Amino acid sequence: MSDSGFDRDRRSVSGCGLSGMMSLTGERVTGEAIRDSIAILHERSNGLGGGFAAYGMYPHRKDQFALHIMYYGAEAQGQAEAVLGEAFDVLHDERIPTRPNPGVVDPPDLMRYFVLPPAGKLEESGMSAEDYVLARVMRVNSEIPDAFVFSSGKNMGAFKAVGYAEDIADFFRLEEYEAYIWIAHGRFPTNTPGWWAGAHPFTLLDWAVVHNGEISSYGINKRYLEMFGYQCTMRTDTEVMAYLLDLLIRRHGLPVEVACDVLAAPFWEQIERMPEEKQRLYTMLRQVYGSALVNGPFAIIFARDGEMVGVNDRIKLRPLVAARKDKWLYISSEEAGIRGMCPEPDLVWAPRAGQPVIGRLGSDVVVGEPGVGETAGMGQEVPSG
Amino acid sequence: MRIDARELHYRELNRQIREAVAGGETRFELANVNGQRYIGDGIQGEKVQIDIEGVPGNDLGAFMDGPTVRVRGNAQDAVANTMNAGRIVVEGRAGDVLGYGMRGGELFVRGKVGYRVGIHMKAYRGRMPVVVAGGTAGDFLGEYMAGGMLVVLGLERQDGEPLIGDWCGTGMHGGVIYVRGEVDPRLVASKFASMGPAEEKDREDMRPHVEAFCETFSLDVEEALAGAFVRMAAISHRPYGAKYAV
Repeated sequence: MSDSGFDRDRRSVSGCGLSGMMSLTGERVTGEAIRDSIAILHERSNGLGGGFAAYGMYPHRKDQFALHIMYYGAEAQGQAEAVLGEAFDVLHDERIPTRPNPGVVDPPDLMRYFVLPPAGKLEESGMSAEDYVLARVMRVNSEIPDAFVFSSGKNMGAFKAVGYAEDIADFFRLEEYEAYIWIAHGRFPTNTPGWWAGAHPFTLLDWAVVHNGEISSYGINKRYLEMFGYQCTMRTDTEVMAYLLDLLIRRHGLPVEVACDVLAAPFWEQIERMPEEKQRLYTMLRQVYGSALVNGPFAIIFARDGEMVGVNDRIKLRPLVAARKDKWLYISSEEAGIRGMCPEPDLVWAPRAGQPVIGRLGSDVVVGEPGVGETAGMGQEVPSG
Repeated sequence: MRIDARELHYRELNRQIREAVAGGETRFELANVNGQRYIGDGIQGEKVQIDIEGVPGNDLGAFMDGPTVRVRGNAQDAVANTMNAGRIVVEGRAGDVLGYGMRGGELFVRGKVGYRVGIHMKAYRGRMPVVVAGGTAGDFLGEYMAGGMLVVLGLERQDGEPLIGDWCGTGMHGGVIYVRGEVDPRLVASKFASMGPAEEKDREDMRPHVEAFCETFSLDVEEALAGAFVRMAAISHRPYGAKYAV
């Protein structure tokens, strides 16, 4: 990777802030509430990165893949656009609207493209449309040094930068978009550099993930993912989380609950205590997906079309709080973050280690909510789906 | 002194409190608190009372030495971190790592408490820190605990809800944990902590603290003490001694 004159090597130590909100009925709201939430968590970040992902934001082009790409220089843009022009029908392209903000400096060129794989080429490739797009995203990100696709899903988009998250919301004019899921991240990079493409969320197709923690199994996870065609190019551990979700849930078809049990697998001593049938399932998961276990402290919020999930590591080394209000689900690193987007929640709870909180579009039942749906985590029932 | 904390950064809020305390102010009412960290940190003086409306941020009452803090809502993580003396009362629930390295004073939480409560709590020159949780507790209760007392009352528990989580007493080498009700022995880190029924002497030790807890929240003390308690205590005062000794 080339040195593009921006500082990829500033490092610092502490935790990050996460927030997410989802309307279970698909009601769309502007980015102001999520901005106010992540602003409350200001102390959890240090100005070296922040970002947002929004779902349901491009209703007029909802069937097209929306590519958000950052460029450091016209040459990178030319090369990337050549790849796009060859691989896709580009139905629309435009600069991503921004406004100057003193807290967001030296932005790269920010473009978005609405594309579709041409039917003939898609058929020739023998791939699904998603895998076709994935292969091109990987190609741009790994082969063109100063071009980074940072969003590639349908009817969703990611926005990220170096700076504080609330300034980044202003920079990207998030009050002008409406979405039914918003997730946000305020970054405090620890072992990896703070740079634009390395900010959260990490995305692939319609996955977006924001993460607080450190992935000590990064090397194992990265090598495992490479076997399935994923290239890790962002120099940040969180990237593997987005690709693992795509592999486990979209490609291997695991239910979200089971995928969470792979990422935050129960300990062997906990598996030993389970009833026999469950013991077999969890033993199998650990044997098959040992290389997809994510070790180290983490709390994540991830989303895809129709779903938002919060989960943390199996011994809860990073905080996560969830709340409900009417038909909305809220998740944040701190209760204060929840009250930043929803001042009077009906119910606030702390999810248990490794047990996901899952909101699903069209369902009033939130998995992991106390007294409602128990999840597939240790000591709980295995999902039937 | 009343402070409206809406939109107020923690540094400014805490500066105002510190300056007022230095000027002799003893009563504080903080309104519209949401997420401001370090409230009450390092404040000295037994007469100081801080009332908080809202959700204070992390490290509430860290290094605090004497004051009484009452939270009219929920609290977050690391309440009473390395607290020296005084009392913190939380009317709702509280988060993880409560009482981290706490060496004196009391923390009363009406509702549930999170993970790693009482981590590395210690008794110090005649001071004994006490944490009483009215609800249930998460995993790693009393982790690396070196002294003091943790009490889990498990009031208003949902059906099937465990009183405490996994790995209770991991690394424990001092102090005592009391839990009202039956605890699955598999939840206790048996390498470090032993579990047995609480005896009459234990109930006597616990009673003044549970009484104070009940008085604080207007609860019936006999109800809170009804039924059997279990007692967890360290097996060794130097559980890692053999690991590092030559």
